[in-house]
Amino acid sequence: MNKTVNQKAWLFVIPVFVLVAFNAIIPLMTVVNYAFQETFGNNVFMWEGTRWFKQILLSDRFHAALGRQILFTLIILFIQIPLGIFIALTMPKEGIGVSVCLVLMSMPLLIPWNVVGAMWNIFALPDIGFLGHSLNALGFDYNFTQQSGDAWFTTVLMDVWHWTSLVVLLSYAGLRSIQPAYYQAAEIDGASRWSVFRHIELPKMKKVLTIAILLRFMDSFMIYTEPFVLTGGGPGNATAFLSIDLVKMALGQFDLGPAAAMSLIYFFIVLTVCWVFYNLMMKNEGQS
Amino acid sequence: MSKISLKNLSHSYLSSQVNKEDWALRNVNIDWNDGGAYALLGPSGCGKTTLLNIISGLINPTEGQILFNGEDVTNKNPVERNIAQIFQFPVIYDTMTVFDNLAFPLKNRGISEQEIKNKVEEIAEMLELTSTLHNRASGLTADGKQKISLGRGLVRSDVNVIMFDEPLTVIDPHLKWILRSKLKELHQKINRTMIYVTHDQTEALTFADQVVVMHEAEIVQIGTPVELFEKPRHTFVGHFIGSPGMNILPCKIDNGAISINGNKIETKIDIKDKSFSKTEVGIRPEFIEFNERGLPVKILKVSNTGRHKIIDTESDSGKIKVIAKSSDIIPTGSAFLNFKKDYTYVYGDNWIIE
Repeated sequence: MNKTVNQKAWLFVIPVFVLVAFNAIIPLMTVVNYAFQETFGNNVFMWEGTRWFKQILLSDRFHAALGRQILFTLIILFIQIPLGIFIALTMPKEGIGVSVCLVLMSMPLLIPWNVVGAMWNIFALPDIGFLGHSLNALGFDYNFTQQSGDAWFTTVLMDVWHWTSLVVLLSYAGLRSIQPAYYQAAEIDGASRWSVFRHIELPKMKKVLTIAILLRFMDSFMIYTEPFVLTGGGPGNATAFLSIDLVKMALGQFDLGPAAAMSLIYFFIVLTVCWVFYNLMMKNEGQS
Repeated sequence: MSKISLKNLSHSYLSSQVNKEDWALRNVNIDWNDGGAYALLGPSGCGKTTLLNIISGLINPTEGQILFNGEDVTNKNPVERNIAQIFQFPVIYDTMTVFDNLAFPLKNRGISEQEIKNKVEEIAEMLELTSTLHNRASGLTADGKQKISLGRGLVRSDVNVIMFDEPLTVIDPHLKWILRSKLKELHQKINRTMIYVTHDQTEALTFADQVVVMHEAEIVQIGTPVELFEKPRHTFVGHFIGSPGMNILPCKIDNGAISINGNKIETKIDIKDKSFSKTEVGIRPEFIEFNERGLPVKILKVSNTGRHKIIDTESDSGKIKVIAKSSDIIPTGSAFLNFKKDYTYVYGDNWIIE
């Protein structure tokens, strides 16, 4: 069949191309540009090759921040995913309770990041905060501004408070989409509560849980505002996660080259983990 | 295996019942004999599934009793009742293989590995699932999946009853009749009580020995397909079964004489003077003939289906459909209809008068 050649369609792509160029490609390429050069200001740049990448990849400071970041992400995933599923399972399935629970669950998600940080900062202050004061009154030696263990505890608790709802809402949506016949069949087959969860609920929630894990991984791996407001990365560098460390390097020390190299490595890690995870989860989906 | 009796069973999904319409099931009394093939037939929303779920124990009835072999099981759960139920769309456990799916009800009941293996292989053989036994169940087609659901119901050899809730809804038409005859064959082979819920009269009439017709939360007739056709006990059965359904015409009863708009109608029935708010004559299109005299009608339309002709006519009391042989010559314009006496019934408030 003969098709007429008409390249005019490309013109229609121009608006979106310009938009993407300005909000993604150009900023990203600027970062790529910085990552290979050195500057002392005045818009004068010198070529440095892969020096910054080598420096970052070999630096103890980066290793420490990455380690803290991975640990933090793992902790919150291991808490939020099971907890979120558990809450979704116990939520009411009909009646007024549904709306009440959904509204309550959505509340934390609607609060801006820096407000969450500020709230928890005040809430956890050992002298006047409700949490900090109560813990101390109960005999715990709690001070998140000075003890790194307490700082971690508070940051994790804050993140769990802020984001578990997201997992709950996604899981709940997944659970609600299961047809009642599945539960009835399981009842007739004599399945235990655990079997129902393991063989019906969990498989049916697989897709939403994949999304939940991906979203929580990305968000927690790139967390910045809340710990910045809560602990500022301290005490010392105890809660200086990757993005906090990155901002310190880029804006605090104005090391644009190493900071740019670190950004790219950071970006690459997030991308790789998401890609690998998504493909693993979706491996068997093609058959059905 | 047992006889199942339902006694004065009523169910409502509402917490308080004021009107007749608040009941999903009203005063059901029925005995299901051991080993019978039953169909539960009725339009959507008539209470078929509710009745089924009450027998299986998924729903507790508001009123009444369920007896298995005389033993009251009203408050027992589905496992204790030992029943099997197959749902409208295939329910399979996605993460398991076909084998594990079939073995699941047995595993939950703590049956030994060897026994499970024998039983599953036997059922897989029966349902022609042997070649896919170790594949993941989620990869199968809809009819394959429905066979698994079916298999999970058949795998326990001691179930009291196997219930089907419109099991062929999602199956392709050309596979429907294969699965349907498979079911019929299975019933003959294992000889267990089967209750088959459907709104499709062909499915019900081909599968069952006894058909239970439901209408607006009540059972209106229980009988063999022939009985339902030849002697509908309720006007609903008359027009729901048969294609086209029974003609129902308003009539007058005066001193035992039945007339439609002044035209006398002959029946076998001896009517004593009873009072009804509504009396009607019911006659199937198959049992009407054209004649020299009788009920005057106008011929509206003649459609030839190949096997027979369907004639739409209009009398002063409403439209009447007539079925005639393909070879019959149909009068045009106006004509007279004669009802076969043996198949003409009179209904008082929708129920047959005898």
